Amino acid sequence: MWVQAEVFLQTLVAGILLGGLYALIGIGMTLILGVMKIINLTHGQLMMVAMYIAFWLFTLFGIDPYVSLLIAPPLMFAFGMLIQKALVNPVLRVESILPHNQVILTVGIGLVLQNVATILFTSDYRSTPVDYASTAFYLSDLWAGTPVEISLSLPWAVSFLLSVVITVLLWFFLAHTDTGKSIRATAQDKDAALIMGVNVGLMRVITFGLGSALVACAGCLFIPIYYLFPALGSQFTLIAFVITILGGLGSTLGAILGGLILGVFESMTATYVGMGWAPVGRFVIFVAALVFLPGGVASLLKTRKLLK
Amino acid sequence: MKNNLVPLVVLAVLAGLPLLGLNSYVMHILILSIMWTLAGMAWNLLGGYCGQVSFGHAAFFGMGAYSAGLIHLHLGLSPWWGFLVSLPLVALVALAMGSVVLRLRGPYFVLATLAIGEVLRITCENLTDFTKGTLGIMITRTWVEKTQYYYIILGLALLGFVVCRAIVHSRWGYYFVAIREDQDAAESMGIDTTRYKTIALTVSAMLTGLAGAFYTNYMGYIDPGVVFSLGEISILIIMVVMVGGVATQWGPALGAGIMVILAEYIRSLPLIGVAYQTMFGVLLIVIIIYLPNGLVGDWPVLRRKLLRRGATA
Repeated sequence: MWVQAEVFLQTLVAGILLGGLYALIGIGMTLILGVMKIINLTHGQLMMVAMYIAFWLFTLFGIDPYVSLLIAPPLMFAFGMLIQKALVNPVLRVESILPHNQVILTVGIGLVLQNVATILFTSDYRSTPVDYASTAFYLSDLWAGTPVEISLSLPWAVSFLLSVVITVLLWFFLAHTDTGKSIRATAQDKDAALIMGVNVGLMRVITFGLGSALVACAGCLFIPIYYLFPALGSQFTLIAFVITILGGLGSTLGAILGGLILGVFESMTATYVGMGWAPVGRFVIFVAALVFLPGGVASLLKTRKLLK
Repeated sequence: MKNNLVPLVVLAVLAGLPLLGLNSYVMHILILSIMWTLAGMAWNLLGGYCGQVSFGHAAFFGMGAYSAGLIHLHLGLSPWWGFLVSLPLVALVALAMGSVVLRLRGPYFVLATLAIGEVLRITCENLTDFTKGTLGIMITRTWVEKTQYYYIILGLALLGFVVCRAIVHSRWGYYFVAIREDQDAAESMGIDTTRYKTIALTVSAMLTGLAGAFYTNYMGYIDPGVVFSLGEISILIIMVVMVGGVATQWGPALGAGIMVILAEYIRSLPLIGVAYQTMFGVLLIVIIIYLPNGLVGDWPVLRRKLLRRGATA
C-alpha cells in the first residue's frame, strides 16, 4: 500500500518537474501563435539549436549549462528575429492559393536546421556530464519518520525553479512594460493595435525572437537532465503544440497549465503503461482535448470568470 | 472530348515507354515518379482544392503499406490483397479523424495530421509482436522485372487521375474550392463544410493508401521509420505538390518527376549527398517565397519574368 503510494507520489513529482519545463516550451509557442496566427512548427528545432549551443559551451569552455542561460537565449532571440524578418515576413506578403504557406515554411526551416545539425554534429547522442547530475534530496533527510520516501534530483529541481523564475519575468514583461503591452495588443487585435500606433511589424519580429529565446531557455534547462541529438527537435515541436492546444490557443496561463498537465500525464503513462508509450499518451490527451475541450484549459478558466 | 486529348496522349506515351527497353534504373525512377504522382494528386485534392493542408499523409501511406505487409505476415495472403484491405481501413481512420478534427477551424487540422503520422509510427515501433517493430516486414517480390510494376502503378495513377478529375469538375469539386476560399461564405450558401472536408480527406487518404500498398509490393521491405516518416513521406508529398503546382491538374506529376530525379541526383553527389534533406528544406523555402503556386500555377508569372530578362539581355 505504502509502496504504491510512494510510486504514485514520485511519479507525480517527476511529472510536475517535467511539466514546468514543458510550460516554458509551450509559452514560447503560444506567444508566436497569438501574435502571428501561425503555428511555428520549427519550435522544437530551435530548442535543439539552443541545446547544441549550451552543449558546445560546456564541452569546449566548461561553461555550466545554467550559465548558458545568459548566452544561448540572446543568440536565439537574434536568430528568431532573423527568421521572422528574412523568411516569414516575405511569405506574409506573397499571394498564394494555400492559406497555410507560413506553416509549411516553418517546417522547411525545421528540416534545414535538423539536417544541418546532423551534418555538423553527426547524429550521436550527447549530454553534458555536469558533476551535480546525480545529486538528489530525499524526504527522509528532512522528516525521519516519513512513511513514503520521495527523492528530488538537484538538476531537475534547479531547472524547474529557474523555469518558474523565467515565467514570472515574462509575465512582468508582458503585463508591465510598453513593449509587452504592445505585443498583447497585437495578439488581441492586429488592426486596432495598428490604429493605436503600435508598430505591428516590429512586434511580430520581437515576438518571434522572444518565442525563440524562451524555447532556448527551456533547452538550456533541459540539457543537464536530458540527452541531445539532431532529431530531438521534432519530438519537442509535437510536445509544444499539444501543450498549446491543451492550454487554449494563444493563452499564456493556459500554456502553463497545459504544460503541467502534459508533464504529469506523460510521467504517469511512462510509469504505469510503459516508457515507449509516453508519446501515444501525448496523442490521447491531444485528441481528448480536441473532442471535449477544443478551447483548451483557457476556455474553462474563462467560463469560470478566472481569466479575463 | 477535346479536354481528354492531352491526358490520353500522355497516357499513350507513358504506356509505350517500357517498349523502348529502358534499363532498370530508369524504370525505377519512372515507377517512383508515378507513385509520388499518385500520392501528390491525392494530397492536392485535399490540400490544393479543399485548402486543408495535411502534414500527415505518411499516416495513410504507412497504413496502406502495413496492410499489405501485415496480411502477408499474419494471414499468409499475397501482399497484393493489401490494396483491397487498405481501402476500408484507411477510409475508416480518415472518417474518424475528419469527424473529430474537421469540425474545428484554425490550425487544429494541421496539428492533428502531424500528430497522427508520428503516433502511428511510434505505435508500429512499439507493437513488436504484431508489426515486428523497427525490424520491419520483408516480403518476397512477385517479379524481378520492373515492367509489370510499371503498368500496375500506371493503372493506379490513372485511377487516381480520373477520380480526382471527376471530383474536381463535379459539384463536390466546386464545394471544395468554395470551402478553401471562404468557409463562412460556403457555409452560408448551404454547404455542409465539415461533411465535404471529410469527403476530401477520405478520398485523398484512400488514394494515398493505395500508393502505400504499392510501395510494399514494389520495395519488398517496409519499416515504421520509412513509411510513417515525416520528412521522407509527408513532407515529400507536400513538396511534390508545392513544386509542381497547388490545385493544378498536372502539378503533382511535374513535381513528382522533378523531386524524384532531384533526390536521386543529390544523393549521388559526394559530400552533399547526405544533406539531401537540407536541399529539400531550402528548396521548399525558396518555392514558398518565390513560386508559392508552383511551376504550373505560377507559369504565367515565370514566363513573363524570363521573357523580360531575355528582352533586356
